[in-house]
Amino acid sequence: MKKKSGIIGGVVVALLLGGAGVAFAIAWRPAIAAIETPKPQSFDPARVKRGRELAALGNCNDCHTVREGKNFAGGVPVPTPFGTIYSSNITPDAETGIGRWSEAAFLRAMRLGVDREGRHLYPTFPYDHFTNVSDDDDRALYAFLMTREAVHAPARDNQLSFPLNQRVVIAGWKFLFLHPGSYKVDPTKSAEWNRGAYLVEGLAHCGACHTPRNALGAERLNAIFAGGDVDHWRAYAINAQSPAPVPWNADALYAYLRDGVHPDHGTARGPMAEVVRNLSVVPARDVRAIATYMADVLGAPSAEQKERGEAALAQANSKSQSAPVATTVDSAGGTIYVAACASCHESSRPPPYGGINLALSTAVSGPDPRNLANIVLAGVPPVTGERSPIMPGFAESMSDTQVEALLTYLRARFSKQPAWIGLDNIVAEARRTQTVSLETPADARNASAASVERAKP
Amino acid sequence: MMTLKVNGQEHQIDAEPDTPLLYVLRDDLKLNAAKYGCGLGQCGSCTVIVDGKAVLSCVTPVLLLEGKQVTTLEGLGTASAPAPIQRAFMEEQAAQCGYCIAGMMMRAQALLQRNAKPTDEQIRAELEPNLCRCGTHMRILRAVHRAAQLMDTAALAPAEQRRAQ
Repeated sequence: MKKKSGIIGGVVVALLLGGAGVAFAIAWRPAIAAIETPKPQSFDPARVKRGRELAALGNCNDCHTVREGKNFAGGVPVPTPFGTIYSSNITPDAETGIGRWSEAAFLRAMRLGVDREGRHLYPTFPYDHFTNVSDDDDRALYAFLMTREAVHAPARDNQLSFPLNQRVVIAGWKFLFLHPGSYKVDPTKSAEWNRGAYLVEGLAHCGACHTPRNALGAERLNAIFAGGDVDHWRAYAINAQSPAPVPWNADALYAYLRDGVHPDHGTARGPMAEVVRNLSVVPARDVRAIATYMADVLGAPSAEQKERGEAALAQANSKSQSAPVATTVDSAGGTIYVAACASCHESSRPPPYGGINLALSTAVSGPDPRNLANIVLAGVPPVTGERSPIMPGFAESMSDTQVEALLTYLRARFSKQPAWIGLDNIVAEARRTQTVSLETPADARNASAASVERAKP
Repeated sequence: MMTLKVNGQEHQIDAEPDTPLLYVLRDDLKLNAAKYGCGLGQCGSCTVIVDGKAVLSCVTPVLLLEGKQVTTLEGLGTASAPAPIQRAFMEEQAAQCGYCIAGMMMRAQALLQRNAKPTDEQIRAELEPNLCRCGTHMRILRAVHRAAQLMDTAALAPAEQRRAQ
């Protein structure tokens, strides 16, 4: 008996030691030696320029720059179901940024999510996508970032509880969900398609918002591009389940991603507004490649989707011919629509003086009313220096009940989808999140997790 | 016919429910402080206060105002007895052409009602929707700070203020 328990004890000890060894091998990453911050002049200007375009494709500034703050100095709160994580300072400041990171350290962070000191980074930094970025592109990004203004901005403490505040836990997450590697070219597809796939699955990390996440916060591989959540907004499905009334095609995607607006789809809002702003300054051929690839992901529209699109366009066109008041108004919501919305949305004037006909609006036809509630309350702010779509917000003049009535009416009149349920809570929540951001002073707009959380998970 | 409460008075309004509040104020009630600027809710010159909040009256149909309290600049004070916000704007000479100023004062008033001591940053952020093309922004900023002081003084020494009037 004694002997047997001794054997069992030995086996247990051996297993524990072995397990610890494996865990150590998975979790431990060495530090990479600190370097003297390289002089900006030491980088090839052409590579820096390429890095600038890549940083725009990667939407880096959106997570790493606090609104009205210094570029790339970090500190943006990223709310997650596990707690709030703050983005880091990626300026070349030696003390608080990446000034002492070598190129090798930067490449490792992009590929494996490990910082220079060897600490695991939280996957709010989307290295599950960035692992696909080529070394060449990573080097250009490094050259671009290392030639930015160095900003002294210490990292803010993440708000995570035990055990998630232990970075070793991230090693387990990576073991399950990070598939290091680079993009594999699909030889059966065109060069443009492959370029688009490389960008979308890598640096542009579209799935970070548009793919739903599992209980551990990883993208669900069986539901790629099926729609996700970001900062109190719905990132729509952009696969075969797309709720867009008019089916997308490559040309429409290109125009929308490049200009932020398409006559059959409306305008990019919420977190997507910053994405299209960035895509307006990158090479057109890259946006074209993204559009080509995503059009393939969306697939050719089904007969039913085609029919839905034609019906939506017919409804939109017929209404723009007649005066707005000619619509049947049989509800409180309808009266509000005619009074407050139709003068622009049925004006058939081009933006910014007219709005899209709501029969074409994905916000009205989509499964989740949050985007529509957000827009009605907060409006669409003008973009500085651009001829951009605009809409006044109605948070101060419409009560929650009036917004609910309006949303119910819009859903019934402009979509073929079932009525939304639970609108009272959704509208109240939208008012909370949208008005906090409106009333918070500019310098503190990203200061709390409850305010404008523009960062991507 | 609907009832509209403006500056503490109830008015019977004979207007279509989709009529913008601005038109009713100017055309029916002859309250001309709120101005027509862009008509798209983008410039702020039509700003009035509804239930304590700054609202763009050119894009607010009157049907949304059933049972709510509208305040216009006329409701704050008069030329002979100006309200603190009006006194402050005069004392700082914050108006140049003046077209935006009524809207500026209303939005500043709404801010001061919920935040008696706003910082520079808070005033700038709050007044962002209101445009001024003359460029008196720095004076407007000073005027809002002065109004905050005047209101504070008024609250601390009501007897003195009454004597002053």
